[in-house]
Amino acid sequence: MTATVQTAPYYADWRDYFALTKPRVMSLVVFTGLCGLLAAPGHINPVLGFAAVLCIALGAGGAGALNQWWEADIDALMKRTAKRPLPAGRLQREDALYFGVALSAGSVMIMGLAVGWLTAGILALSIVYYAVVYTIWLKPRTPQNIVIGGGAGAFPPLIGWVAVTGDVTAMPLLLFAIIFVWTPPHFWALALFVKTDYAKAGIPMLPVVAGETATRRQILAYSLGLLVVAVLPWVIGGTGAIYGLAALALSGVFVVFALDVFRHRPAEGDALRPEKRLFGYSVLYLFGLFGALVADHVIAGLGA
Amino acid sequence: MTPEEQERFTRARRGRNLALGLVLTGLVVLFYAMTIARIGGQ
Repeated sequence: MTATVQTAPYYADWRDYFALTKPRVMSLVVFTGLCGLLAAPGHINPVLGFAAVLCIALGAGGAGALNQWWEADIDALMKRTAKRPLPAGRLQREDALYFGVALSAGSVMIMGLAVGWLTAGILALSIVYYAVVYTIWLKPRTPQNIVIGGGAGAFPPLIGWVAVTGDVTAMPLLLFAIIFVWTPPHFWALALFVKTDYAKAGIPMLPVVAGETATRRQILAYSLGLLVVAVLPWVIGGTGAIYGLAALALSGVFVVFALDVFRHRPAEGDALRPEKRLFGYSVLYLFGLFGALVADHVIAGLGA
Repeated sequence: MTPEEQERFTRARRGRNLALGLVLTGLVVLFYAMTIARIGGQ
């Protein structure tokens, strides 16, 4: 098998490598990373700030490539992922491994040179967390995998913030906590209306393992947690009222939508509107919340 | 290799080389700009 593949002409397109970086995930990573950077107190040279956000994106891309290197055989079993470059046979597995390692190492090195080694160290930690702790170790082993995976997505605003301030304080940790708590209801809402074939691939997703009712209860529980965590930056005095009130309103709507999902007991052939609405809103929520965080900081700066 | 395969192979290789060239040029510019920014910040 490998012998025939290696002698075949190498048709890989640059777009195949680009697809390894999971560009759609990266857009959210860049946005939250940039918001962390813009909302942090202090000043960063624009060139170095740009380099920091670039490194956050490159690091996420490297982690995404390593994820696809490891999961190539799982991806081949699921309709949603079967067309990715590795399961479709457009790239070889080693290509993704080398590409992922190069992106990861390169992003950490440039971050260290541009901004500092504390920030670079946290970036390295986030890559290892996603590629090793999540992808290799825990995702195939526990139905709480989404909770753990949320930790990987939660790093960017923390890294962006620390790039400016140079130390880890309560505020960047709270930004981490917000995305960490936001991820499970966001993803499980999706899992309720997209019937995936995770079971076939042997990945224990919560709706499959614990049932839909338990998933709906968990969604509501996390939404209430999100309300608390999202308001905390204001409570501890890290932000002004603009952010605080926006967080309160946005999270309130989140809880209302989650309550609809919690109460919903769909019959066969149901359109699953509450689930779709919560999922769609959850993306809007994150943009709104982090946008409010930056707006709060900018407006406070104007007044001072 | 048939002429079609040859054509496809050459096109893919040209694309990869172009992309790599752009990335390397971008890195040169980035390192230059970073160096100026860090020297200026001292």
